[in-house]
Amino acid sequence: MLRSILSDDLPRSRWLALALVAILVGLAVAPFLFPGAKSLNVAAKICVFIVLAASFDLLLGYTGIVSFAHTMFFGIGAYGVAISLTRMGAGWDAVAVGTVAGLLLAIVLATVIGLFSLRVRTIFFAMITLAVASAFAILASQLSDLTGGEDGLNYRLPAALRASFSFGDTLFGVRLNGRLLDYYLVYTASLALILVLLRIVNSPFGSVLMAIRENPFRAEAIGYRTVVYRTIASCIAAATAALAGALLALWSSQTNPDTTLSFDIMVDILLMVVIGGMGTMYGAVIGAVLLVFAQNYLQDLLAVANKALLGVPLLANLFHPDRWLLWLGVAFILCVYFFPAGIVGRLRQKR
Amino acid sequence: MKRDWLPLLLIPALMIGALPLIGSPASWVTLTVAGLAMGLMIFIMASGLTLTFGLMDVLNFGHGAFIAVGAFVAASVMLALAPWMTADSIWLNLAAIGPAVLAAMVVSGVLGLGFERVIVRPVYGQHLKQILVTTGGLIVAEQLLKVIWGPDQITLSRPTALRGAFLFGDIAIEKYRVLAVVVGLVVFAALALTLNRTRLGLLIRAGVENGEMVEALGYRIRRLFVGVFVVGSALAGLGGAMWGLYQETVTAAIGAQVAVLVFIVIIIGGLGSVGGCFVGALLVGLTANYIGFLAPKVALGSNILLMALVLLWRPQGLYPVAKR
Amino acid sequence: MAEPLLSLRGVQTHIGHYHILHGVEFDVAEGGLTMLLGRNGAGKTTTLRTIMGMWRAAAGEIRFDGRDITNMPTPDIARLGIAYVPESMAIFADLTVQENLVLAARSGPMDQKRLDWIFGRFEALKRFWMLPAGLLSGGQKQMLAVARAIIEPRRLLLIDEPTKGLAPAIIANMIDAFRELKDGESTLLVVEQNFAFARQLGDSVAVMDDGRVAHQGGMAAFAADSALQQHLLGLGMDTHQ
Ligand SMILES: Nc1ncnc2c1ncn2[C@@H]1O[C@H](COP(=O)(O)OP(=O)(O)OP(=O)(O)O)[C@@H](O)[C@H]1O
Ligand SMILES: [Mg+2]
Repeated sequence: MLRSILSDDLPRSRWLALALVAILVGLAVAPFLFPGAKSLNVAAKICVFIVLAASFDLLLGYTGIVSFAHTMFFGIGAYGVAISLTRMGAGWDAVAVGTVAGLLLAIVLATVIGLFSLRVRTIFFAMITLAVASAFAILASQLSDLTGGEDGLNYRLPAALRASFSFGDTLFGVRLNGRLLDYYLVYTASLALILVLLRIVNSPFGSVLMAIRENPFRAEAIGYRTVVYRTIASCIAAATAALAGALLALWSSQTNPDTTLSFDIMVDILLMVVIGGMGTMYGAVIGAVLLVFAQNYLQDLLAVANKALLGVPLLANLFHPDRWLLWLGVAFILCVYFFPAGIVGRLRQKR
Repeated sequence: MKRDWLPLLLIPALMIGALPLIGSPASWVTLTVAGLAMGLMIFIMASGLTLTFGLMDVLNFGHGAFIAVGAFVAASVMLALAPWMTADSIWLNLAAIGPAVLAAMVVSGVLGLGFERVIVRPVYGQHLKQILVTTGGLIVAEQLLKVIWGPDQITLSRPTALRGAFLFGDIAIEKYRVLAVVVGLVVFAALALTLNRTRLGLLIRAGVENGEMVEALGYRIRRLFVGVFVVGSALAGLGGAMWGLYQETVTAAIGAQVAVLVFIVIIIGGLGSVGGCFVGALLVGLTANYIGFLAPKVALGSNILLMALVLLWRPQGLYPVAKR
Repeated sequence: MAEPLLSLRGVQTHIGHYHILHGVEFDVAEGGLTMLLGRNGAGKTTTLRTIMGMWRAAAGEIRFDGRDITNMPTPDIARLGIAYVPESMAIFADLTVQENLVLAARSGPMDQKRLDWIFGRFEALKRFWMLPAGLLSGGQKQMLAVARAIIEPRRLLLIDEPTKGLAPAIIANMIDAFRELKDGESTLLVVEQNFAFARQLGDSVAVMDDGRVAHQGGMAAFAADSALQQHLLGLGMDTHQ
């Protein structure tokens, strides 16, 4: 039963299994365990980023290609829902239209980019995606009539997802309102998407991807059209990222370039996947949880160090709370050198 | 190969084609000079990157770090020499800019040496790791810039002698842009002479084509590569310093922003080709300025469109490098 | 017998996942021309590349002039006085004929007398002196590749299939040139498919089969033993008449 839900891809490490169960259960009961708007927000972000990182891992870890355009697809999904909710009003029809439109655009774009540049080489693809993504981000902030420009869009969610909507009194002291419903919508959808991704990477299609990653020439010689497989993989990744974006838009009732399209988010995803462990979906899960936590709590830790060093000029700056990315960047580089399989790889080794 | 003039003709073709669209000849001249200035600054930053890729198949996604460092170092020196910058003498102005630019190049070059050692060398030949690690290098470098220079942007103003414009009737040409064009052309000429007229240049060109055979002839291509990497970093620093003065502000994100243009340029030019990089840079600079005038909203998209068109015409870029 | 100039002992080379050389052993005596023969895919090119340090030897030892050169960096090996003409020729297409040779003359300006000597053998190089090498014909590229190896005196020349695509008159010139070289300053190790050429020029022979040296000896004896040729090279009885 469990085996088939996880597509035969078991954690294969006691600690990893424990961590995964903790995340699964922790997120499921988060609204009751840590009540309050802010912590609910963190939990929802974690769900969304788990999906986003996992879909990126399909490219980076399983297919061996680096795309810097992943946030572009994330943004397309988010803006799809945001724009349709703004234009069509706060109904489920708008959500459906926005999601589908975002999905289609993401898939079309991914196909074009893939066919254009995947036949060449990894480096080329990485450069092209970087260029396209940055142009897209600028375009999105320029077309302010449609996208709201730098400020982004603020819109109303469907009635059932608003705080004012209530479907009962309280449970364990938590109000049963639309936000709670919204959270469980995000949670369930994310869980489902992760299971779908697990199924994909453990299917014959996934094996071909990994064969191509290991030796593209050989795979081509055996008769696999590597360009086609890689393009399909990048379409699936793009579509999943767009869905993650749609979920984010459905959660936060505002969408702007900083939260969806910026290069900073791209860097976050890279860190999640590499530190968590490339080439395993579980790595993306662990990495996403870790990074969102780090963003929220590493700062506090640094603030302590910063206070202690307050007199020392440069050193104090090194530990400034805003410099958390510096330390994660160093961790990232060390990971690539010394633990290319990331945290999950380490855990599985020690089994 | 036989000289291939076609891509070169694109530049005048683009200029002439833009004239009727823009209408006013005065605006056209202003935009063209602006485009050339921008293109040449990008060329300065991109030339080293394309050569290191050609030589060792290494693409440094952290190249933007050198651009940013150059901008910050130059800004610091110029701020320190503020009285000379604001003096009403072109010589004093130059006495401030000279050391600033020199310092930018030296610091970027030295940093390049370290970057090559620590970040690039351990991952030679492993493209995936190379992309990841050099991107990581960029992240860390950007944060370190904020540690050293603080998180806020630095405002710079151009020295007195480089403010304002030359006026010819109703045509206005900014002085600073003229300087940028001159410096860009000097760098291009120096690079072209080195590559075509010196033994070192021959080695680099041969190495871009077939590094293994250059080694079999008894030359240590690794050293050549490190040298080119350092020079390329120093040039990125020079370009960054010039870009900072051009924008009159410097932020830690400047490197990553400009690096995108740099990537587009070397893709258009053909990875590994300095000549292609030159043509590509001018095309990008001109297009950005023309489109910026005609349809400001899509200015950056225009570069992507340009890239797509070039790749449809020549999938390996304007001047594909004969590889192996 | 004096120590050979070049000797290989138990050399094993892997390319990627493939094990290509399974313990190659042979000697090249100083001052002669050794022919390295073998069927397609026997491992001749791989052997030369391993000597040059362009593939790593996983095991075994390669000695040159009494010194262990196994897995030394390629440029250092070249600097000991070994020149290499690869099967693919690897001329620099973007550079002119002149520039190709300028680079090959590592120690400084080219010696005009030597250049004239090369022009005498390979007249086309003089004619196309300023032409980008990429525009040369296949045979002309081959001449340039050989010229690059001999533009300065080298102790050992490793030449992979020099006669490929050359007209008979040029092959005759090449035979002359190689004779002069081996009788003078250099030792040659030449991979060849053209057995007529090999027989005319070779002093000794090493025959490879499936990643090993299956036979080594004098050329005269080998040329006389058609059964052995048949066995090792699969030559028909009439191809070497
Ligand atoms: N880069 C490579 N990757 C994988 N296998 C290779 C590679 N280069 C050579 N081989 C294999 O190694 C074996 C020996 O090749 P090698 O080129 O040394 O043969 P050769 O004797 O020079 O043949 P020929 O006479 O055809 O030139 C062949 O089976 C070949 O397929
Ligand atoms: Mg061969």
